[in-house]
Amino acid sequence: MTRFLRLLAVFLLFAAPLRAQEGFEAVVAGLAGGFAAQAEAVERLGALGDPRAVPILRALSEGRLQKSPEGALAIDGRDALTGAPAPTATEAIRINNRVRGALRGAFGRLELASARDAERAAAAAGLFRARSPENIQILEDALGREANPGVRATMERALAASRLAAPDAGVRRQGILMLGGTASPEARGLLLEARTASPDLAPEIDAAVAAIDQRLQLRRVAETAFQGLSLGSVLLLAALGLAVTFGVMGVINMAHGEMVMLGAYTTVVVQEAFRGIPWLFPWALPLSVPAAFLVTAAVGAGLERGLIRHLYGRPLETLLMTFGVGMILQQAVRLAFGAQNREVISPAWMQGVITLPGGVEVTQNRLWIIIFSLLVLGLTVAAIRFTRFGLEMRAVVQNRRIASTMGIRTGRVDAMTFAFGSGIAGMAGVALSQIDNVSPNLGTGYIIDSFMVVVFGGVGSLAGTMIGAFTLGLVNKLLEPWAGAVLAKIAVLVGIMLFIQRRPKGLFALKGRAAEQ
Amino acid sequence: MTARFQLSRRALLAGTAGALAMPAIRPAFAQGAPIKVGVLHSLSGTMAISETALRDTVLMMVENINAKGGLLGRKVEAVVVDPASNWPLFAEKARELLQVHKVDVTFGCWTSVSRKSVLPVFEELNGLLFYPVQYEGEEQSKNVFYTGAAPNQQAIPAVEYLMSEDGGGAKRIALLGTDYVYPRTTNRILRAFLNSKGIADADIMEEYTPFGHSDWQGIVSRVKRFAGEGKKTAIVSTINGDANVPFYRELGNQGIKAEDIPSVAFSVGEEELAGIDTKPLVGHLAAWNYFMSVPGAPNDEFKKMWHAYIKNDKRVTNDPMEATYTGFAMWAQAVTQAKTTAVDAVRTAMYGQKVMAPSGYEEQMWENHHLSKPVMIGEIQGDGQFNIVYKTPTAIKAENWSPFIPENASRRRG
Repeated sequence: MTRFLRLLAVFLLFAAPLRAQEGFEAVVAGLAGGFAAQAEAVERLGALGDPRAVPILRALSEGRLQKSPEGALAIDGRDALTGAPAPTATEAIRINNRVRGALRGAFGRLELASARDAERAAAAAGLFRARSPENIQILEDALGREANPGVRATMERALAASRLAAPDAGVRRQGILMLGGTASPEARGLLLEARTASPDLAPEIDAAVAAIDQRLQLRRVAETAFQGLSLGSVLLLAALGLAVTFGVMGVINMAHGEMVMLGAYTTVVVQEAFRGIPWLFPWALPLSVPAAFLVTAAVGAGLERGLIRHLYGRPLETLLMTFGVGMILQQAVRLAFGAQNREVISPAWMQGVITLPGGVEVTQNRLWIIIFSLLVLGLTVAAIRFTRFGLEMRAVVQNRRIASTMGIRTGRVDAMTFAFGSGIAGMAGVALSQIDNVSPNLGTGYIIDSFMVVVFGGVGSLAGTMIGAFTLGLVNKLLEPWAGAVLAKIAVLVGIMLFIQRRPKGLFALKGRAAEQ
Repeated sequence: MTARFQLSRRALLAGTAGALAMPAIRPAFAQGAPIKVGVLHSLSGTMAISETALRDTVLMMVENINAKGGLLGRKVEAVVVDPASNWPLFAEKARELLQVHKVDVTFGCWTSVSRKSVLPVFEELNGLLFYPVQYEGEEQSKNVFYTGAAPNQQAIPAVEYLMSEDGGGAKRIALLGTDYVYPRTTNRILRAFLNSKGIADADIMEEYTPFGHSDWQGIVSRVKRFAGEGKKTAIVSTINGDANVPFYRELGNQGIKAEDIPSVAFSVGEEELAGIDTKPLVGHLAAWNYFMSVPGAPNDEFKKMWHAYIKNDKRVTNDPMEATYTGFAMWAQAVTQAKTTAVDAVRTAMYGQKVMAPSGYEEQMWENHHLSKPVMIGEIQGDGQFNIVYKTPTAIKAENWSPFIPENASRRRG
């Protein structure tokens, strides 16, 4: 209410065009003040509607607006008002969240007539949040000339939100009806907020909220399912490599997590290498995938030839040895790259949310990781089914001695299989660098989960690994809302323990070297 | 018993040596055994990300003090051990420092659980520990000096800021934390504080996650839903360590802007932000007693010293490093004043010590073993630094026994 009165006062004060000129400069000067003065100046500039304010406010929001000790404002070395060179030493003006909120409203008013669709949509979204009855008129005018249906929808919502703040009950009722027709959680929040302000309209508001809730229900189910699939895809990626080294070869590889970590660090190295080459830089992430595969496969081959092959048939020693190797790799990376997290830039196509049909919002990076995990699974299955290497690998797993008499160099196949499994773990590391910390400890968080998935799915079965991963992801996310993240995880572990009691071979029991033993 | 006897005999010898060395004509270091400073920070394991910088800070201070001729005319020598983020190992390493290396003082620990693990060792052997990290309070040992913040020097002012007009006027609070003693105790204090400010339990959401949690989709969308109930909502995060990066990434990806749902964090500093692209996070808050962006000569000097020591101008400074710096400077002053490194004498000399901290405030050690510290709120900027939007006019005295925990009513306030 005070905000409204203030705006009204400002509006009346500057209604006279003669005074607008000096008024504009006086208001701009307020941007050099404290946060409260800044917010007020921004609101006034929005109310004035003077297009000269746009570049100044833009500079303020981007941190480019500077002030001299005398309070003169400058943008990029030029005076903000006159455009003359500003020679004095200046400091950047800083803003806080309150000013940012005011800026959004001001841009909303100033850019509603912009020629660009994106700017008009952003302006309408800003007015939706600013929700002041002042904006009803300009939104109605803007709707009158708007042709783009997407922008129209945003403007309509902004108009409804502005009407909700109007003093007249009839106008407010219109706003409630409009918002009740949407399926937007923000609209729901606005309605609930308005409920306390206008108790007389409570029945209408309750009906509108109920209508929104009904529409949102299906969407929430879909979003939970997506989250479950996303967690499942991460588990699948982490476990696939282990499904080969542990599942097929029977090597309890405790250094598996470190292979994932090495893959993530390969991503960092590739990104650093491409940083100087602008046209190649956006491709750093896709190109990291083969690079990570090769690096970790080489490490895996070295590990198998150098150490693991001497310990076949001695699972306890293998476990201890690979555990030690994992620690050595971790510390080596820590010495080489430092203990700090390394930054991996997400490309623009992996940031933000996309809205699927039906209004379901999914985050892009998670969506890509689901797709990537399925691709990696497909490639793994194809390599085992359709290549000569895959054939030899299956032959060695089924009967080593007969495979050997057929002329297969079983030692080489062992090394390649282990390298293959490690390489898959490396590719998983590329994906995980997008959602987790790239630190030397990256792998330790995934080793338990990976074993859990492989054992649950059935040792040696890729289909089992996939179904196991997605089942665990979905169950975890379904339990999480009412049990909390910690209890959900414990419940899943207990569930697996009980399941393994009943079916020691997991979901899909296959014959393999590990299964025979 | 033997250890205690050796210690005192040793102190006697050292004292005599020091006295004998006095008349010598300005040697680089007078004769006499060096003063030993133990460094008990994890250099491997999950906490290495945060604690290695603190080891470097202590080493920097040691180098610095030696360049000025040492302490009491004796050389200062650092003894570094690695407790490897392993809580029981912290106790063993503490015992090693005190009994084998016979250190005069120890700087160490980060997590509360590691501090709780070494506490009995320091009390049994009458050692001296400087603990440099903000924590949940509810502790006061005569063998520990706490140079980080107590809840009233960080958590409570931060929540007050969120509820103020400048902070957005939050009426609904989501308390998110890692599942261990610090977040649970802090949130217990905060809940009582919020209730006292008229915020009902229905307007408080509390969720815990395991260490290193990386899948924040569910929790962030629940926070979104919690915020959609028509009241201004804010997040108070006691999420620790590595888990912060995926948390902030998820906030950014789900489009939660600080103007709509601001979050304030108690364990996120410059060092933690080094691993992420902070552009989507601009405007989210952190509460500390120091930021690298603090203006003023004391901080410039601190940063210069750090960059010269670490030989890398890109490395950041943060609050626990500043607390380590302040603690070390205070200890050196107390030793100079007491003219000995004997624990009991240094303890008495510590009370009332004042140091001009890099935060630009004069900080004082009180008899409750805690420092008076200023409170600062910073907004994350696009370059990973903080823009200070609020700071208290003076340093605030610590209330390590929170008045918001009912059991403390009977306790003596230091």
